[in-house]
Amino acid sequence: MKEVKVGLGTCGISAGGESVYKEIINEIEANHLDVKVIETGCMGRCYDEVLVEVVDEAKKSFLYANVTPERAKKIVLAHLMDNNPVKEWIVNVNNDGTIEDLFNKQVRIVLRNCGIIDPRSIDEYIAYNGYQAIQKVLKEYSPEEVIDIAIKSGLRGRGGAGFSSGMKWKFARQAEGDKKYIICNADEGDPGAFMDRSVLEGDPHAVLEGMMIAAYAIGADEAYIYARAEYPLAIKRLRRALKQCEERDFLGKGIFGSKINLKIKIKEGAGAFVCGEETALMASIEGKRGVPRLRPPFPAQKGLWGKPTNINNVETYANVPWIILNGAEAYAAYGTEKSKGTKVFALAGKIAKSGLAEVPMGITINEIVYDIGGGIKNGKKFKGIQIGGPSGGCIPATMGELKIDYDEINKTGAIMGSGGLIVLDETTCMVDLARYFLNFTQNESCGKCTFRRIGTKRMLEILERITMGEGKENDIDILEELAHKIQAGSLCGLGQTAPNPVLTTIRYFREEYEAHIIDKKCPAHSCSALLTYSIIPEKCNGCTLCAKKCEVNAITGELKKVHFINEELCIKCGKCYEACNQDAVEKI
Amino acid sequence: MENISVMEIEQQEIKNFKIDLITKKDQDGSLIPLLQSAQESYGYIPEKAIYYISELTGIPAADIYGVITFYAQFRLKPLGKNLVRICEGTACHVNGAKRILAALEDELGIGVGETTDDGIFSLQSVACLGCCSLAPAMVINEETHGGLTPDKIRKILRKYRNGQKN
Repeated sequence: MKEVKVGLGTCGISAGGESVYKEIINEIEANHLDVKVIETGCMGRCYDEVLVEVVDEAKKSFLYANVTPERAKKIVLAHLMDNNPVKEWIVNVNNDGTIEDLFNKQVRIVLRNCGIIDPRSIDEYIAYNGYQAIQKVLKEYSPEEVIDIAIKSGLRGRGGAGFSSGMKWKFARQAEGDKKYIICNADEGDPGAFMDRSVLEGDPHAVLEGMMIAAYAIGADEAYIYARAEYPLAIKRLRRALKQCEERDFLGKGIFGSKINLKIKIKEGAGAFVCGEETALMASIEGKRGVPRLRPPFPAQKGLWGKPTNINNVETYANVPWIILNGAEAYAAYGTEKSKGTKVFALAGKIAKSGLAEVPMGITINEIVYDIGGGIKNGKKFKGIQIGGPSGGCIPATMGELKIDYDEINKTGAIMGSGGLIVLDETTCMVDLARYFLNFTQNESCGKCTFRRIGTKRMLEILERITMGEGKENDIDILEELAHKIQAGSLCGLGQTAPNPVLTTIRYFREEYEAHIIDKKCPAHSCSALLTYSIIPEKCNGCTLCAKKCEVNAITGELKKVHFINEELCIKCGKCYEACNQDAVEKI
Repeated sequence: MENISVMEIEQQEIKNFKIDLITKKDQDGSLIPLLQSAQESYGYIPEKAIYYISELTGIPAADIYGVITFYAQFRLKPLGKNLVRICEGTACHVNGAKRILAALEDELGIGVGETTDDGIFSLQSVACLGCCSLAPAMVINEETHGGLTPDKIRKILRKYRNGQKN
């Protein structure tokens, strides 16, 4: 029997996946076909959504990209009914019939089931070795042995800080107390990051299984998943997965017939970036304002409601079942000396193929951008990457051969972070990008630390001034001074890292700051206050399109004659630039 | 503070909130779920809901207000008929979200955090919708719109305004 899989993660649904899914069901029913239709999670190729995979009787896979309801109908009629694949829409089969490896250079451990199984079905998860790891752990290993495996695997916290997960478990195990908690941090708040969302939507049981193993290791009988309320689909699928586990006694009293009890609850966040910080997150679960507190005591000693608590991120937990089943050595075989295993990155920005990619640690920036991401879109020039979200920084294209692991990234002044990787091209202004992040961190500051609260505000004001063409000569020095004081004077990791986007852009793109401040120019032609628009006479064919779009009548010229922009009237809205199809309007 | 009894809570529309109030009031850390429940039932958090929660949980109303204003999700005023949420994530930012926001504000005649006089639209910005490959993107009610341009914005808003989509 043929199988049809439709990618219905948030990305697939946003691109119109549900109507494609309905159309396929309708056509299959109308033609009385015996085909299994599976709703699955993100396949990682978000730029190609809606994705539909047809697996035929010989288990051969055909992946259709950019499917619309009309195309879906044709796929059902041609491929499912008449066994004629619609070649022009298939992306994984070459013209000569060979199968192309869509996951070139990728290693799928965390995403092992994403886009493959139906995340709503516990039986499918079980069919793909699901819940084997926890049963193995309960039967064969002591908690200490589990911790030992985690330490040996070299798994480090995938939320960003990169602390050894096994060590964290060890501290929580050793902490005194009869009541302990496990928390899954699913408050993925970094703009530009959507790895955790895709895992929760595409393979929620893997996260639950990872939590069960961690709970056994530290001796916790109660667990929380703190999920972002902005991820309704992820929460829905988690709830369903939890219910399925409870029905089968995988959760509750005596899980899997053992003497271990475990209850997992979901807590929906309420929209505060700072709650991604572990102590703030715990305050939020307790129903308070999400304000971080001083560590130590670390959560492993005194966490939720004062009890020893272990917090890991979604991706970290999703790794755990694989490590148990395949062994610490198999996991540690991937990666570099100090960063083992894989990392999931959310590729976005000016890249041709945006989406999710899971790569072994130690892969270079160039490999990710060119070999996986397909290079820069629209033929523009690669300028750099922004990694690590608002706590991270910018790394220039000239460092493209840098190997991505925790320590190498730290040396650049950026951080690995949770895995958002934004690709920048020549049209991205680095000063404006730094301003953007400062605006974000300033808005999301909880207000507890003075340097973070007021310091970022002052930095933002300076950056705003620079992008408006009103920069002063010593602005860069003041920015650096403030940045170092914020790093020193902030309590939590978010505050200490908030100046990173500014510091790294000053470090690698200082000349752009100077161009704004001294020459009053934006080299990327992005800051509108520093631009002038003009018409290139040789290219203008006098179509009048620009003059029609101009709202302030700054453009004059007769039909079929060269047009002219009056700089004094121009408000630099850029509408003429967008309207011209002769590329005759230029930004200087 | 007025002395309000839970029994006075209006019947139908807020039944779920009432059930939650009764079942969750004694649970640890129930304040945020209760506020979420109130907002779901009323569409926003009215002053009276704060007093109901305060009375049953014993948490002072001022503390509840502090929690409400800390989290971006909670609102103290009702929303317009259509909620437009523009994404200000990094991918959207580098793909021109600023121009999209300007076009939205221009077309709706309101700024972020405001509601149009006719009550048809409310405009909010979010840090990241998490659908970065569609950048620049926005969500109206539950529907995501990606690959936006100022022209596309105008067309989409007109559709909602004409009531073709509610």
